[in-house]
Amino acid sequence: MTSEFDPGESASIVSITDRVKPLAIGAAVGSVHFLGERACFVGAEESVALATIDGEISKVPTHFGGILCAASDGKRLVTGGDDGKLIALDAKGGTTTLATDAKRRWIDNVALHGDGTVAWSAGKTAFVQGAKGEAKTFDVPSTVGGLAFAPKGVRLAIAHYGGVTLWFPNMAANPEFLEWAGSHLAVMFSPDNKFLVTAMHEPAMHGWRLADNRHMRMSGYPGRVRSMSWSAGGKGLATSGADTVIVWPFASKDGPMGKEPAMLAPMPTRVAVVACHPKNDIMAVGYGDGTVLMVRLEDGAEILVRRNGGAAVAGLAWNAKGTLLAFAAEDGDAGILEM
Amino acid sequence: MVEASQKIPVTVLTGYLGAGKTTLLNRILSENHGKKYAVIVNEFGEIGIDNDLIIGADEEVFEMNNGCVCCTVRGDLVRIMDGLMKRKGKFDAIIVETTGLADPAPVAQTFFVDEDVQKNARLDAVVTVADAKWLSDRLKDAPEAKNQIAFADVIVLNKTDLVSKPELAEVEARIRGINPYAKLHRTERCQVGLTDVLERGAFDLDRILEIEPDFLEAGDDHDHDHHHHDHDHHHHHHDHDHGHGGLKHYHDEDMQSLSLRSDKPLDPTKFMPWLQQLVATEGQKILRSKGILAFTGDDDRYVFQGVHMMLEGDHQRKWKDGEKRESRVIFIGRELPEQAIRDGFEKCITT
Repeated sequence: MTSEFDPGESASIVSITDRVKPLAIGAAVGSVHFLGERACFVGAEESVALATIDGEISKVPTHFGGILCAASDGKRLVTGGDDGKLIALDAKGGTTTLATDAKRRWIDNVALHGDGTVAWSAGKTAFVQGAKGEAKTFDVPSTVGGLAFAPKGVRLAIAHYGGVTLWFPNMAANPEFLEWAGSHLAVMFSPDNKFLVTAMHEPAMHGWRLADNRHMRMSGYPGRVRSMSWSAGGKGLATSGADTVIVWPFASKDGPMGKEPAMLAPMPTRVAVVACHPKNDIMAVGYGDGTVLMVRLEDGAEILVRRNGGAAVAGLAWNAKGTLLAFAAEDGDAGILEM
Repeated sequence: MVEASQKIPVTVLTGYLGAGKTTLLNRILSENHGKKYAVIVNEFGEIGIDNDLIIGADEEVFEMNNGCVCCTVRGDLVRIMDGLMKRKGKFDAIIVETTGLADPAPVAQTFFVDEDVQKNARLDAVVTVADAKWLSDRLKDAPEAKNQIAFADVIVLNKTDLVSKPELAEVEARIRGINPYAKLHRTERCQVGLTDVLERGAFDLDRILEIEPDFLEAGDDHDHDHHHHDHDHHHHHHDHDHGHGGLKHYHDEDMQSLSLRSDKPLDPTKFMPWLQQLVATEGQKILRSKGILAFTGDDDRYVFQGVHMMLEGDHQRKWKDGEKRESRVIFIGRELPEQAIRDGFEKCITT
């Protein structure tokens, strides 16, 4: 017989689980966003649930089918569905149909620009719709994997097989093509507009320094990177895909070239979602076993927000001020926390 | 982790242009079986059935960025599977229809390679619809048609009413010359029992029970009365035919199957490295592989299966009392280096 001292879970980590307002969404959740002070839980299909910090939930039907993509700028949430519709939702719960695909194709990706311009994609076609005028379209050689607007100007990055095309929908200029073999999915500009990164279909990220198109290979993940988030000020890029949060350093002009990433908050399960705080150097991390942590980027100090158990974490979001954190597991078990 | 039995089965439906894929698809969707299918098609509009889970695909074949040419996947399928999983619970199974000119390998490989796809779905079987009247010609002039036959777990030999008995025997012999292991069903207007094409578990390691050729008796008009011959030499590199139990017997010039067998146990420390090396070097030629293995000092049956360079294997179950501990391995492929494979296999037998 051996008798070992079991310190238990409580002693090992600071917990604030009791300060979380639990929410039962009652349906599978795909992602989490904020519209002002209201948390938006985008369902895997059919509707979006809006919740206040008091725990009041209202459901807004948005799609007749699966919801494939969602993006929010804090003022409106735009979702694309397998019903071929692109729907905008405001903080009051009002919906507007922004577009209906003529062939009822799936709306696979959506991105929002600060000036109100919306981009979305169906198959190989990317669409851009400004506040006024007709939608403009651009076809890439293979299905669009991801869309992102540059922080300055109206420039859209379209990720696809073999690289990323940079399209200027309001200019006559030829699109630029950034080549890299493989299938590129999610795409993001760094907040300072100097770097472009993609999460690939294989377990790796790729990046380009836009000044000279120099490549940045970011590989070594055990699984596909499905979530990435820029830390406050764009100094680091936190990513999922491993059993620690992989944070690539972007503070210098060379980005992560020749540097090792930081590996924070290790757990015996995969990181599913990361969301950096908008102002401070902390991030929220959701794991495959349902755990949610808050992690300080500087030293990796951890605070427990949600215990493990149940489904994988599907989404995390901070409000713009960084005073509220919302999270949801894939099965609809959710919560909201006031800092 | 999702249990294998809870994963959504995926049937890959192939067949050369005009063979009757859409007819079979329409039958599957319209028959009263109480199941709901999500269908991934290439040509919208051909399906006459109202179903909100019919998805148009672009058949995008992507190379994985690891430098291996034959490591291709269907990129669009990865995306569609992702989207379909949002609607889990709304359908029981998925059918992927490929175009008439498609190679089934990238579809199958998608289910081996992609972690997310693998987590939620499992490949059930590759079903190939073939046109009894025209297949013999297509096997001569269309490499795609030959690929589809070689790759199949189930072959629906359709339009048998348009050919004479000798013509039917001829086309069956041609099919068997390439792939003697697929289950073959003769049909008119794709009238095949749906249980014969769906839920086959052809890629399920637990269901690899035996590896025997599936020959029909010559002159047997019944689709369901299969007779299993023990038959081991359908892999010569020349094209001839000879009578075998009344069945015409062809050998295809460039696509063959190769069967290996041993009554003596295999040495796992030799066999596994040999097999891995073989598919790494000859994987482009090997379309399908399958094996039941008896290893030295191991009371478990070991089973494996593969598509090109991708292999998966596992201990399956204990050998039963009185069960013959025999190892069987088959390869289906083009221009297989037969002698080298036979010699390599011999060296893995424990002496």
